[in-house]
Amino acid sequence: MLTERPITPSTLGVKDLNWQIEWDKDLCTQCGRCTSVCPVNAIELGVHRKREIKTPASLMKKAENEYSIFYGIRQKTDPAYACIGCSMCNMVCPNNAIGPKREEGSTTQKFHNDRGGNPRTRGGRRNSGESLLDQIKFMRISMLTDPALDAGRHEFRLNTLLGRVQSPEESLKTYQEHGWKPPVREIYPLVIGGMSFGAMSPNMWEGLQMGVAYLNEELNMPVRISTGEGGCPPRLLRSRFLKYVILQIASGYFGWDEIIHAIPEMKVDPCAIEIKYGQGAKPGDGGLLMWYKVNKLIAAIRGVPEGVSLPSPPTHQTQYSIEESVAKMIQSMSMAWGFRVPVYPKISASSTSLAVLNNLTRNPYAAGLAIDGEDGGTGAAYNVSMNHMGHPIASNLRDCYNALVVTGKQNELPLIAGGGIGKSGNLAANAAALIMLGASAVQVGKYVMQAGAGCLGSEKDRCNVCNIGVCPKGITSQDPRLYRRLDPEKVAERVVDFYLSFDTEIKKIIAPLGRSTSLPIGMADALGISDRDAADRLGIKYVV
Amino acid sequence: MCRLFALTSRDPISPMLAINALNTMKEGHDGSGVGLCLRGLGGRFEEELQGCPILSGIFTEAGLRRLEQYTMDHGFKSQYSILYTPETEPPEGTPVRGTYAAIAYKVPRGWKELTPAQQGQKLVEMRLELRKMGEEDGDIMVFSFWPDTIIVKEVGDPLEIGEWLQLGANRNLYARHILAQGRQNTNYAINLYACHPFFIEGVASMTNGENTAFIPIKEYLQSRNVTGYSGYQSDSEVFTHIAHYTTKRLGLDIRAYKHVITPLMDHEMADHPDREFLATLKRSCRKMIIDGPNCVIGTLDDGSMFMVQDRKKLRPGIVGGKDGIYAFSSEVCGIDAVIPDRDKSKDFQPMHLDTVIVGPDCKEIETCSQKDQLPRQL
Ligand code: SF4
Ligand code: SF4
Repeated sequence: MLTERPITPSTLGVKDLNWQIEWDKDLCTQCGRCTSVCPVNAIELGVHRKREIKTPASLMKKAENEYSIFYGIRQKTDPAYACIGCSMCNMVCPNNAIGPKREEGSTTQKFHNDRGGNPRTRGGRRNSGESLLDQIKFMRISMLTDPALDAGRHEFRLNTLLGRVQSPEESLKTYQEHGWKPPVREIYPLVIGGMSFGAMSPNMWEGLQMGVAYLNEELNMPVRISTGEGGCPPRLLRSRFLKYVILQIASGYFGWDEIIHAIPEMKVDPCAIEIKYGQGAKPGDGGLLMWYKVNKLIAAIRGVPEGVSLPSPPTHQTQYSIEESVAKMIQSMSMAWGFRVPVYPKISASSTSLAVLNNLTRNPYAAGLAIDGEDGGTGAAYNVSMNHMGHPIASNLRDCYNALVVTGKQNELPLIAGGGIGKSGNLAANAAALIMLGASAVQVGKYVMQAGAGCLGSEKDRCNVCNIGVCPKGITSQDPRLYRRLDPEKVAERVVDFYLSFDTEIKKIIAPLGRSTSLPIGMADALGISDRDAADRLGIKYVV
Repeated sequence: MCRLFALTSRDPISPMLAINALNTMKEGHDGSGVGLCLRGLGGRFEEELQGCPILSGIFTEAGLRRLEQYTMDHGFKSQYSILYTPETEPPEGTPVRGTYAAIAYKVPRGWKELTPAQQGQKLVEMRLELRKMGEEDGDIMVFSFWPDTIIVKEVGDPLEIGEWLQLGANRNLYARHILAQGRQNTNYAINLYACHPFFIEGVASMTNGENTAFIPIKEYLQSRNVTGYSGYQSDSEVFTHIAHYTTKRLGLDIRAYKHVITPLMDHEMADHPDREFLATLKRSCRKMIIDGPNCVIGTLDDGSMFMVQDRKKLRPGIVGGKDGIYAFSSEVCGIDAVIPDRDKSKDFQPMHLDTVIVGPDCKEIETCSQKDQLPRQL
């Protein structure tokens, strides 16, 4: 570093960075692994020169300079290379000589995250740790007159329905007249939300699919996984495992050519078709797959040239109104599979969710509505969208459920809630709260990455470089050198592990509430919260 | 936990029989209240007043006057009434309320032209309207308004109440189908409307237990657009409405009731002769699945009586009797008190899959398991 280096407005000191590297000279063996593994090149090997003044004890001799050189780690201060706190350097260091440390007081870096006038984009979800779902308590415990159910001993029926359920009168009529029954799937209430083939590395995808297949075939848990936009590998489309997959069609229609062409060769129907209109992390935006990740394989599956960014339009360009969309998209997708596959839209939670819901209740082919709240995650979005846009899921879902209750359709049009479930690790409690607020099922994405593949991202802006293809864990990268780090078998194992523990935990919640033979959808009388406004808004009990 | 006792007999019998039976089970309830539903009435109600709607409830003087005005306005003329205003001090814990009444009405001209469904709808509307009128200043309380039905509810010890109201004295109060329940609602504030049995359009039932799915089921029933699906002072009132919905709305046999409230698991259904029908029912009636422990005893318009259990059979319940009279009881001592000379080996305790039915002829106990084929009804 030159003594006369220019100090400009964007010159930062190490202290200005969110994450700082602590490196111990004595422990370091200078193996160089940390610098080679760092996904953002935040650290480099430094040659440090040290000058010491040796002053002799007498005045006979003059003081002398003694120069020495040593090698060490230097952290770059250029915001383009700022450390992201992923801790990969620590993971590979044989001596624990290096590691990132969060500098809570440093706020300067964020003012310089817009190099070249481009606002920051990143993966992950909102950088806010608070979660309303975590504050909800379950408090209707049967104790005296009614034996509480035993989560470990009693039979439980946790499965839920995806698809349009006819009212009792209608369904008996259909049964009598042998009429057309809307397709309904019995599924496990925790769905793996859309994380596209394109955003994910092939190893991650394979691991997830293997985990899901194992859960279904060996453990009898009808777990379903949505593909996200971007299509589906041809081999999966033509395999019997397709029935565990929800195919997502988004506004960019990426990968749909491949899917449509595979229909005649499909051995089984997919579980459902999800039409994505929006996602919670970037409401009003389409999908965004940045060029870093569009390699040969992804380009082939999506039917696009290699190495170009793939932003989807914010809406389906072939339709300009939700009414039209509901009528056309749902009908034509249903038609493509002979009305044997449930088709439902996914929207971001917003103040217009009710309008969409209204349209759906009138459409006999609509199979449900997935709502993604503001805490939903994404592989790439603008910082501002992620942090400041969207609607919380709890109240949005509650409004929608209540609207269904008024029209008597609460059994008929399942609501799938997502966005921030388990963001602080409380997956089962968050899911149970949403179910009791009215969700028929919940969907999670990031939790699956965190638990299944060891994603490093956090709500404190840790890692979150999913968008630029340098995922240090190999989850969201299309670079074989990176995704080789991820063993699909191990991902599958972890997915199975957390599903099983989720299953145990959710039983531990609903058994004491006296529920076991049906999912406690809409059982809001069991919920309490110590925030009066939240209690009023959600129509649950206020307890302190 | 409440204690339930029901009698179904070929000949009208005194309601005190049922109350006595409740009394033998007193260890199991706290004697805080009683509810009675009398159907298949004998005496004058049978001989002269067949088909006349009977209003039962409790009224103050002012309430009675308001009632008279109201019924007159609607063209209903009272034909015969059992009005009882106790002169003596009520038993401990029972408030002084006024007149206990069962009034049979002659229906207005033109009534006969209405379909039975329309007549029913009208009666329900009137009952709700009266109830609402009374809720303002507590002078009117109505429990039922339906032909051949009398309902009595009060707070206090069942036996003391029965004697105080002289229920055994009037032969016109003798009935063929009697539901009796001991204990007031103790989960929430005491409220006579929350006291079992509940009644709607010829379907009456009572339950002992907790319904943990109360809110979702209540919301579901309320959204069915059926007049009379209201009230819900007790979390088990929904059982009566589900029975009503199953039999009257969906037109299904009472054997289907159990399949609605506690459907079979999928694997149990897999080789059931009615699996397609049951799967349809389970799917579309999913919102009416009950959880929590419950024994439901009920009676239907045709005079049949039934008992079903929750999925885990967490509540006691036993049925026994002899040709001509059968009892449905929480405990066997209840039956022993009324029908000691029955063949006890024929007593039946329904388990988690069973429905017990005794037909209006009171000939035999019919049991059906959810695994059995249903009668052809569709
Ligand atoms: S924590 Fe991650 S980003 Fe920071 S220096 Fe280490 S490897 Fe690089
Ligand atoms: S580990 Fe990978 S997927 Fe997780 S936040 Fe970092 S870049 Fe994104």
